[in-house]
Amino acid sequence: MNVEPDCDALRAMARLLRADIIRMLGAAGSGHPGGSLSAIDMVAYLYFHRMRINPNEPLWSGRDRFVLSKGHCAPAWYVALAHRGYFPRELLWTLRDIESPLQGHPDMRKAMGVDMTTGSLGQGFSAAAGITLGLKTQASDARVYAMLSDGELQEGIVWEAAMAAAHFRLDNLIALVDDNKLQTDGRTADIMSPNPIAAKWRAFGWDVWEIDGHDLMAIHEAVERCQTRQGKPHVIVADTVKGKGVPSMEDQVDWHSLARPLEPAQVDAFLAELDGAKP
Amino acid sequence: MTAEPNRAAYGKTLVELGRRDPRVIVFEADIAKSTNTWRFAERFPERFFNCGAAELNMVCMAAGAATTGLVPFASTFVVFASMRAVEGIRQSICYPRLNVKIIATNAGVEICGDGPSHQGVEDLAIMRAMPNLTVLSPSDPVTTRLATIAAWEMEGPVYMRLGRQPATVLHNGLTGFRIGEMIRLREGGDVTLIATGNMVEQALLAADDLASTGLNARVLDCHTIKPIDREAIIAAAAETGCIVTAEDHNVIGGLGAAVCEVVAEEKPVIVERVGLMDRFASSGRDYRKLLEHYGLHAGAIASRARRAVEKTDKRN
Repeated sequence: MNVEPDCDALRAMARLLRADIIRMLGAAGSGHPGGSLSAIDMVAYLYFHRMRINPNEPLWSGRDRFVLSKGHCAPAWYVALAHRGYFPRELLWTLRDIESPLQGHPDMRKAMGVDMTTGSLGQGFSAAAGITLGLKTQASDARVYAMLSDGELQEGIVWEAAMAAAHFRLDNLIALVDDNKLQTDGRTADIMSPNPIAAKWRAFGWDVWEIDGHDLMAIHEAVERCQTRQGKPHVIVADTVKGKGVPSMEDQVDWHSLARPLEPAQVDAFLAELDGAKP
Repeated sequence: MTAEPNRAAYGKTLVELGRRDPRVIVFEADIAKSTNTWRFAERFPERFFNCGAAELNMVCMAAGAATTGLVPFASTFVVFASMRAVEGIRQSICYPRLNVKIIATNAGVEICGDGPSHQGVEDLAIMRAMPNLTVLSPSDPVTTRLATIAAWEMEGPVYMRLGRQPATVLHNGLTGFRIGEMIRLREGGDVTLIATGNMVEQALLAADDLASTGLNARVLDCHTIKPIDREAIIAAAAETGCIVTAEDHNVIGGLGAAVCEVVAEEKPVIVERVGLMDRFASSGRDYRKLLEHYGLHAGAIASRARRAVEKTDKRN
């Protein structure tokens, strides 16, 4: 299945999702804008072009799975699920509220469309390997997409799972590393360098692709190539910009997470920046 | 057969379940020979996944596999399951209530030669604090088999601890095993001995000793640490006036603590707790001598029972 994506439509969708990320974080008063914005082009591509899913039957056993191992960027997942029809868009404004299905980190028992509960870095990736193993054991051809961050690669379990996925030849597993180069305390390379990222995955026996994580056609081509190669799990190392799309947030560690609630005027200013930004 | 390690009974039951249910898969972390998952591996190699010495990854992979409708059993030693892998058990299994069965072997001081680094004596305290988790600790091969089957039958996360050494059959012919219900092994009105795992046999021996000096002890096999059988504890307090708990575990946080919590809330009576006295034990060449050295034996249970009865008499 190599249907060319409509990149203009996907770009427009990504812009819509970015705006809703900012609105929902404005409503919640806390959360992680930077990594949500760096990941959203890949999330938009998967949910609006690639994944074999049916929002009317969210637990269909033959569906492709998505696991947001960098669970703190839940807003990026929630906006995609809402716009894809898993739940009403209005629910986005309840983010992080008591009894909201949209918990601060994804909860599979509360939010429709969430394939795995995540939040503790590295565990979602390991669970994604387990999901792939479970599907393969049952002769399913469904794909599993797992998104990690560059900072997350510091967790030992990532490499335990990377070793296992290659060992068990989980070629239905596609990892996407959102390499936005910043983490809570500063630049990832300064805190604890995970570099060189691609070489590490290659050494662990993975099929590795390096792309610009904001170029929708590049994302498409990489995922497409992953579908055709057998015998190894795949990883797409995506060069991204933290806060992408909102120039005053871009590449700023201070926008990893909100230090204080956004003022309504700030939300408006960020939305205006989004409209003014180059697509 | 009168004795067999509980881990062997577990391994055999896994094969039984593998035959009955194609959804059963087994994860292991390089100690299949010891945990006895090798029995399943031999019979169902396509449903057996050895993750190597990577316990955290093993439990999280098991969690992922459970989301696809499979029923994963994951085994390693108690120390590694309850401490190295515990955050995965919390975040990826208990919190999302996934149907994973963690079966950990080599519980307690009993394992002997390998020493404190391999003696899991904190797991009951740790696992008891996990919401959504059922915590099992059977005493003999019969209840180990029944507990394994009960874990498979129920939907949801289960943690079970099993010993390494041969366990005497105490429940020959038992059929009515239910999670959360203690089994009454001996009737008695002067004191109740509530024990778990390998200490159940010691409690029975202690009851014999006590009977020879005129004290009649009720003996309860507490194979489920969570949910704890509140009714059995309240009845013991009301009907026998005092309680002794016994576990091959740190005296903090395990069975003794669970019993004290219920007693304090519902029916305050004297409770004496037999367990490892908040210290690390040591290696030993003979596990019976080692247990005795750390006060985990029938003699200690009997003397604590006498003390409990004395304290109770003084109060009244």
